[in-house]
Amino acid sequence: MHELGVVFHIIDDVTAVGRENNLTGISSVTLQLGKVSTVIPEYLTDCWNWAVKKTDLLKEAELIIEPIEAISFCEDCKTSFDTIENGKTCPNCGSTHTFLQQGNEFMIKEISGS
Amino acid sequence: MDAVKVIEIKKSVYESNDREADRLREELRSKGIFLLNLMSSPGSGKTTTLKATINRMKYTHNIGVMEADIDSDVDAIAIAKETGVKSIQLHTGGMCHLDAGMTRQGLDELIDGKVDFAILENVGNLVCPAEFDTGATKNAMILSVPEGDDKPLKYPLMFSICDVVLINKIDVMPYFDFDLEKCKENIKLRNPQAKVIPICAKTGEGVDEFVKWLEEEIRINKG
Ligand SMILES: Nc1nc2c(ncn2[C@@H]2O[C@H](COP(=O)(O)OP(=O)(O)OP(=O)(O)O)[C@@H](O)[C@H]2O)c(=O)[nH]1
Ligand SMILES: [Mg+2]
Ligand SMILES: [Zn+2]
Repeated sequence: MHELGVVFHIIDDVTAVGRENNLTGISSVTLQLGKVSTVIPEYLTDCWNWAVKKTDLLKEAELIIEPIEAISFCEDCKTSFDTIENGKTCPNCGSTHTFLQQGNEFMIKEISGS
Repeated sequence: MDAVKVIEIKKSVYESNDREADRLREELRSKGIFLLNLMSSPGSGKTTTLKATINRMKYTHNIGVMEADIDSDVDAIAIAKETGVKSIQLHTGGMCHLDAGMTRQGLDELIDGKVDFAILENVGNLVCPAEFDTGATKNAMILSVPEGDDKPLKYPLMFSICDVVLINKIDVMPYFDFDLEKCKENIKLRNPQAKVIPICAKTGEGVDEFVKWLEEEIRINKG
């Protein structure tokens, strides 16, 4: 829901890294995005393509998004399950004493450039 | 042409903002300034609650308000007119949230050496503002009765980062199937530490308890 704001933060961070490493152009930026983070990949890409055109270092940069599966853990029966299919309820024992183990990440993984 | 280099970064998108927010919070604390970040869905009663709260606290504190609206300035005008305290409009440039950098810019304009209790009315939204730490000393949110008692389950992040949850519009409780006890349980599930205060911003019912909570937190922040 806040893809544009996020894109500006990523551009700032990545520009700083590019400068530190004396890059003259960044060709790609790889993100890792959990499947239950609140960010929608398609919107993110749209915002990205619009925003990088206004920059110098990133104007050619392609956005690569690696999805991270959403997995929850049940505290009652100690099993893991797919969060998107089952939500908060454990498919093994029916308990709702569950928590998200992974899937809400939003990381800048790496950049490439020269 | 230079060879293509791959540089590993491995850091959260929110990390730079989190660090900036911690820095701002510490700076405010050292200056004895308390910043409250107030969040809710559109129309839950942020501005009405602020008016009632400010009118109870303005004689003992130097209050200043920042109104973050995507476009209009009606809230900033209403606060200034009905409470008399300094109030400014922050321009979010179409953004659905404020980050620590934008909050700092707003404070630079708001704090003129006098203000020691600053209030930020965040953009009406239960998702985005929760992801961006503004640097506020304390976070508060309003859930109004018509929105339903299941919202803590649907927007867990927002409820988990708030120090206090105000349940507003309790005057309309008879017309909705809102279960206050169930709502408190749902909030506890997400955030056992959160204080829950039922209020009616329109009549002022319950607002004194919120004021009491604020006074205590302001005292703690001053050290
Ligand atoms: N019945 C009732 N109505 C209320 C109460 N508090 C606020 N309202 C009404 O709810 C509407 C929205 O209130 P606001 O204070 O403007 O809400 P807001 O959260 O600031 O709204 P935005 O800034 O637009 O997101 C107004 O018509 C208020 O009069 C209350 O306790 N009871
Ligand atoms: Mg308002
Ligand atoms: Zn189970």
